[in-house]
Amino acid sequence: MGWLTAFFSWLGEFFGNPENWSGPDGIPMRLLEHLEFSALALALAALIAVPLGLLIGHTGRGEVLVVVSANLARALPTLGLLVMFVLLLGAASIWPVIIPLVLLSVPPILVNTYEGIRGVDPELRDAAYGMGLRGPQVLLRVLVPVALPLILLGCRLSAIQVVATTTVAAYTGLGGLGRYVIDGFATKDYASVVGGSVLIVLFALVVQTLFTLAQRVTVSPGVSQRLKVR
Amino acid sequence: MITFDSVTKRYPDGTVAVDRLSLEAPTGEITVLVGPSGCGKTTSLRMINRMIDASEGRILLDGVPVQGIDPPTLRRGIGYVIQQAGLFPHRKIVDNIATVPYLLGWDKKKARARAMELLERVGLDPALAGRYPFQLSGGQQQRVGVARALAADPPVLLMDEPFSAVDPIVRTSLQDELLRLQAELNKTIVFVTHDIDEAIKLGDRVAVLRVGGTLAQLADPKTLLSEPADDFVREFLGHDRGIRRLQFISTEGLRLRTDLTVEEGAERGTSEPWLLVVSGDGRPVGWVSGARPGELEPYGTFVYGRDSMRSALDAALLSPSGCSVAVDEQGKVVGVATREALDQALAEAADG
Ligand SMILES: Nc1ncnc2c1ncn2[C@@H]1O[C@H](COP(=O)(O)OP(=O)(O)OP(=O)(O)O)[C@@H](O)[C@H]1O
Ligand SMILES: [Mg+2]
Repeated sequence: MGWLTAFFSWLGEFFGNPENWSGPDGIPMRLLEHLEFSALALALAALIAVPLGLLIGHTGRGEVLVVVSANLARALPTLGLLVMFVLLLGAASIWPVIIPLVLLSVPPILVNTYEGIRGVDPELRDAAYGMGLRGPQVLLRVLVPVALPLILLGCRLSAIQVVATTTVAAYTGLGGLGRYVIDGFATKDYASVVGGSVLIVLFALVVQTLFTLAQRVTVSPGVSQRLKVR
Repeated sequence: MITFDSVTKRYPDGTVAVDRLSLEAPTGEITVLVGPSGCGKTTSLRMINRMIDASEGRILLDGVPVQGIDPPTLRRGIGYVIQQAGLFPHRKIVDNIATVPYLLGWDKKKARARAMELLERVGLDPALAGRYPFQLSGGQQQRVGVARALAADPPVLLMDEPFSAVDPIVRTSLQDELLRLQAELNKTIVFVTHDIDEAIKLGDRVAVLRVGGTLAQLADPKTLLSEPADDFVREFLGHDRGIRRLQFISTEGLRLRTDLTVEEGAERGTSEPWLLVVSGDGRPVGWVSGARPGELEPYGTFVYGRDSMRSALDAALLSPSGCSVAVDEQGKVVGVATREALDQALAEAADG
């Protein structure tokens, strides 16, 4: 039980230290940075990948793009990509970090959005056209609501990945919660390592919860087959 | 009226699904397309609302070629019902039914009011309006599919095997419902099925197609059964063609005897082998035979003048007396059709 005691004493040390709650290296500031990078990268990725996935899924054109992006995502080393962009663009702005984060989060969203649209029952698509809906109406009024769970799943996978990768991005000198872990290791400040890790885990859990709530609100009960209790 | 004028459909892979088809689906009638799998029924139907475009020939809606009409606009004016209903899973039943009215820009209140009216029209409980499709049985979903097709009151209805995915009992009630609706609405309906019994039950006219997409015969059901055009049609109609033809022969002229009934509790005063016991208010109770005077035997009834000879014969076969009981719409006995009377009517049916 020795390690557990150590763990809690490090936690107490980290969170009990008033210095850790203010200033540019304080927890609120670091949290905000982490949130900012993750949210920005995710938003940009969704802005690119959702419309693209919808279009490719609906028209059936450009499917090769989806395959290539899925394979690249599996092949590309995250850290390598980060380091490469920092070397290429320098570390003066946040873009050398944001760009690779976006690149990494596009594939899950793209693939799931595409699969979501493709996977809609062809009979349903047919019925929609048969009722007299036009192409864009079929997409927006029928295919998207039915594919929404998969589209959101893609976004959630990307979000989790972005939150994790933003941690690693601290290697390149960026802020965020990763600083506690990386700096902690460098200075053998294990309280900082443990405290930072716990913060990152909590952050990821909050993100998961937010997506679950978003799903509850946006997906029709008719699609999730969740009965409303009246 | 829908007119097929020498219509051919050739798919990109070279399959000729429909071959120079010419036929008319008259206004206010049910025209059934029937035939074996792959004979081009669905293809023919879908060319009417341009879900598929014809390769050659013309399809006219009241004289106007559909090929000249923008497909979504055309489709909003034509009700379309498919096999698996194809309801939108994310929308409540009421909004599913109101799909086309919404597209046509009706205001939401009017569209929903119309949807509620149709829900009842197709025999569904209005309480289902707030449910989602997955909460309905297959038969209920199919009814919603019909209601959705009728929502904007289109003059034409296309139905592609709408009842083939439900069990036989539900299918029968859906068919009866459609006939009842049609009697009120008088739509021009083109109905696709591979079930010849369904075709004969529903069709004012039946078009039998053969594989390769050519028309084998177009006739009203009675003519189809009595005068099949060729061996293909004869075979497709199946074995009990003669019996089924009886359903188009009325019992109106059937000779009835009224001296074979005896009131409940009264003495039987004749030497007839069978007598029908009738209750005080004129309803049948059972048959008694001279051989076993204490026993009541089962009976079968048909509504005189409304039901067909097929029902009359069926009623006779249900009873050991061999006679069937003619009743009026209220279920009161009007007479008895004996074996001799049925024989005579059948002989006349076989002649004409
Ligand atoms: N998209 C397509 N491409 C090529 N051939 C097709 C296509 N759709 C249908 N066919 C062919 O055209 C013919 C007619 O098909 P269709 O679906 O109209 O038949 P059907 O009478 O409705 O059959 P079923 O009773 O099985 O529904 C068949 O030989 C079928 O294989
Ligand atoms: Mg078919």
